[in-house]
Amino acid sequence: MGELTPQLLALQLVTGVALGAIYALLAVGLSLIFGMLTVVNFAHGAFFMVGAFLGIYFQTLTGSFLLSLVITPAVVGAVGMLAERFLVRPLYGRGIDYPLLLTFGLSYILIESMRVVFGIEGLPSATPAALRGSVDLGIGRFPLYRLALIGATAVVVLGLWLLIEKTRFGLIIRAGSRDPEIVRVLGVDVAKVWLLVFGLGTAIAGLSGVLAAPTRAVNPEMGITVLAESFVVTVVGGMGSLMGAVVAGLLVGVVFSMTSLLAPEFAELSIFVLMAIVLLVRPQGLFGKAGLMA
Amino acid sequence: MKATGVHALMDLVARHRVVAVLAFLLVFPLLMPYEALAVNILIFGLYAVGFNLLFGYTGMLSFGHAAFLGVGSYLTGMSIVHAHLHWLLAIAVGVAAAALVGLLIGHLAIRTRGIYFSMVTLALGQIVYFAFYKAESWTGGENGLRGVTVAPFEVLGLRVDLTNPIAKYYFILGFVALALGLVSRILASPFGAVIEAIRENEKRALACGYDVARSKILVFVLSATICGLAGSLRALHLSVVPIDSLHYLQSGQAVMMCLLGGMGTFFGPFVGAAIFLYLEDVVTSLTRHWMAVVGAIFILFILFFPRGVWGSLMARWQRSATREPSSPAVEQSGPA
Amino acid sequence: MSNAIEKSAPASTVTSRRRLLQAAAAGTALASSPFAINIVRAQGAPIKIGFPTPLTGAFSAEAQDQVRAAELAVKEFNDAGGFNGRRVELLVRDDKLNPGEAASRTLELIEKDKVDFIVGSLSAATQLSINAVTRERKVIFNSISQSDAINEAKDWSPYTFHEALNPHMTAGAVARYAFPKFGKKVVYLTADYAYGHEMVRGFERAGKALGATTLADIRHPLGAADYSSFLPRIQALKPDVLVLCNFGRDLVNSAKQATDFGLKESTRLVTPVLLFTSRVAGGSDAFEGVVGGTSYYWGMEDSIPAAKVFNDKFRRAYGGAVPSDYGALGYAGVRSVLQAVLNAKSTDSDKVSDAMGRLEYNWYKGNQFYRKCDHQSVQSVIIVESKSKGMKDKNDVFTVASIEAPSESNLRSCTELGHKG
Repeated sequence: MGELTPQLLALQLVTGVALGAIYALLAVGLSLIFGMLTVVNFAHGAFFMVGAFLGIYFQTLTGSFLLSLVITPAVVGAVGMLAERFLVRPLYGRGIDYPLLLTFGLSYILIESMRVVFGIEGLPSATPAALRGSVDLGIGRFPLYRLALIGATAVVVLGLWLLIEKTRFGLIIRAGSRDPEIVRVLGVDVAKVWLLVFGLGTAIAGLSGVLAAPTRAVNPEMGITVLAESFVVTVVGGMGSLMGAVVAGLLVGVVFSMTSLLAPEFAELSIFVLMAIVLLVRPQGLFGKAGLMA
Repeated sequence: MKATGVHALMDLVARHRVVAVLAFLLVFPLLMPYEALAVNILIFGLYAVGFNLLFGYTGMLSFGHAAFLGVGSYLTGMSIVHAHLHWLLAIAVGVAAAALVGLLIGHLAIRTRGIYFSMVTLALGQIVYFAFYKAESWTGGENGLRGVTVAPFEVLGLRVDLTNPIAKYYFILGFVALALGLVSRILASPFGAVIEAIRENEKRALACGYDVARSKILVFVLSATICGLAGSLRALHLSVVPIDSLHYLQSGQAVMMCLLGGMGTFFGPFVGAAIFLYLEDVVTSLTRHWMAVVGAIFILFILFFPRGVWGSLMARWQRSATREPSSPAVEQSGPA
Repeated sequence: MSNAIEKSAPASTVTSRRRLLQAAAAGTALASSPFAINIVRAQGAPIKIGFPTPLTGAFSAEAQDQVRAAELAVKEFNDAGGFNGRRVELLVRDDKLNPGEAASRTLELIEKDKVDFIVGSLSAATQLSINAVTRERKVIFNSISQSDAINEAKDWSPYTFHEALNPHMTAGAVARYAFPKFGKKVVYLTADYAYGHEMVRGFERAGKALGATTLADIRHPLGAADYSSFLPRIQALKPDVLVLCNFGRDLVNSAKQATDFGLKESTRLVTPVLLFTSRVAGGSDAFEGVVGGTSYYWGMEDSIPAAKVFNDKFRRAYGGAVPSDYGALGYAGVRSVLQAVLNAKSTDSDKVSDAMGRLEYNWYKGNQFYRKCDHQSVQSVIIVESKSKGMKDKNDVFTVASIEAPSESNLRSCTELGHKG
């Protein structure tokens, strides 16, 4: 392959990072819910998809992409909280399988509701006018919007880090993931915390959907492949670890991107192989705590 | 309270569960709107029963079991299409291949536990999927393997033509009956008690001196073998092997069926498969939004009937008959 | 968990079981006897056409259009008197775009509904799966889905008909239009499955005759949502033409993202199959300047009289809506079978197959007939270019750039497909 110039490799790397940004954001939402509630949210891809649809809807309604970026995650988070309160909460203490299976059923309902509300064909999505077009990076042209995506992800992750490390709420989250009993004994309304965390996790999934919508076709089935990818990233990073979600997201993005360049037919396979290797060698992932999960 | 007559009957049924099940299955086609649905229920019932060996009885949730269904289907299909083997030999090849893949995947997977076990099986199952997808010249790739046809043959003087739906049903029932008998034997044996002990408390089982690792691999391989047989039969039923036999969504179906019917019961998964497929058939013809209906029903079951239809029935009958605590349903205490 | 210890069953159960077996045996004998068939197909009974199609899933929009158009054909036939007074019934089933489900549904249609013929399918895999079931049971299947494989000898049977285009034809037609016009240095971005490979093969074969060179054939996973990983390399290769050898949503995603990466500044985007629904879903920006092939576009009515007739019928029946490419195939698929029934004066599979093989017809876009060796419908291919300005309404999305006339020479040869003679 004579055309493997350093410029191409560099551009491919940038592409991998941009791809990784979306993966990281998706994994963060999944990891948050798992870390705090030990619930594997199989409806994660569906919430992402709902976010994409609602994002377009609110953007058309208000005429502003920025406004939709704020409203949509809030709405998706609200739906998530409803789900937690009435569907997931009754299942705590019954083992890890039940909430997992419940969210699986929930995803079916979410997908079908979007079909009913928005139609089976999906919605056309456009890049916000200010971010359209491509930029000459010196190593090649690259979509402006994807650069903005990297920036947006960084902002969200930073915000989340500040929330978890520097606020009281974050302190409760950290304590609760380590020992919910003690937290309850200390007088904290753990149920409310769980509700908010689930809402936050699904809101982030919805946000990823809004941000990803301009780059791809928006249709009710778009969350299904995303779910598998989110799991791979979360597992590699370590379920329950936010640092892990970010690092793994970027890692998987770059691995996928580089494999696509060198051996494109194996790109999709490569991330599952990566997942299998990590699970067999270091099951808790890169940053997860050993023994967190049975 | 119920009359003792009913209890005596239920007791009789419980003690001859395989015979009772077979009697029911012999007349089953009469209850179904068309035979192909009944055959699908047989096949997926067996698949769910095989899966349940691992899930309901040993407590290990695998998301890669479609690999065994698929390997059974493909190897039987390829034996017939490429190697022109006799159907009985082809089935044997499919089952053996599934057992072998089960050994390989099981050996790797049991090093992990809990959610990681589920994820590893998912990943390994997907790798098997990709392998078969890429091997286009053998498997047909995305188009699937076509041409799995069996010419009419003679068995004990009887001419069997598999394009006759009723003949096909009883032909497949023969194999399913043998497999169910085998599973029942396994579950009633000391080994069956060991795997349930592992489900309830692995550390304690280990402390009691059982070779947990070896038991896990053994049940994994047995489970894979049964699912492989279901796959082999499916290839003969559909005359094709679709690639998504190997996809994780197919694995997810096994879980749903066990849950609907009742994990930790012998016949529960079969009932679950029947309910799931029948419902899907009915709902699909009524509305385009079958996905929402299936999802809603699934959620209802998880919330209110975690023991599944059959499991709940069994529990209630046992409770009223013996006044003892009901059978240990799969209620593990969460780690957090 | 049940604790079972087996004992022998009481005598009464044994006798009743035996009686059930006897009943089952009798039922089997009756069901398989020719006597039973005569009971079902008595005079005046409706002619049933099974129609499996993916009503749910990624192509539900296209499938629903197929159903609408097929129902139009059925209504026309019934209004004209049917066949000897017998009306036609269309039995629509959802195959969920899943080959296993398609096979089950086909079994249901044949065993339970006792259909006379089957028309339908949309994805390559489902049509092959349906065909595997129908050919074993000698039921005519007219496939309205694109695939090269169904024409090959190992899948084919005298009861297999292929109404739709195949990738070889569409790819060849687009190649013959695009390469002389836009340039000879070509990169393929191909969905990594049989259909994608077939499209590339069609392009390369036609391209060789025109002196085109393949710079790269980049395979992407089927159903990929993100193509950004493949685009930098394509950018670096600087091809004249980028052929997007994928379909439906994959096409929408790759066209969108190629546009985002600024590829259109130096490269012309071309695709073998440009669906009406894909173009509408993707929007004018993503598809600007994209050229593709299709089996039908309603805008042809300006130059093809048969198209105008067909469109008007559809508009009248469906409140002004226009038929899509897959819709037209749904119409033609059913109408061909019904015409063959009239010609053969029978619903017997062998007679209808014979009549269909000799059929010459023009249902909506010009003259068509089925090639003898593989029952492939020899038909025109329409090259369309996506419009982004001057669109009169939401349906006015293409300009017809060219129409390649029907010709057997555009198909792969019978011997290549494995047919003797």
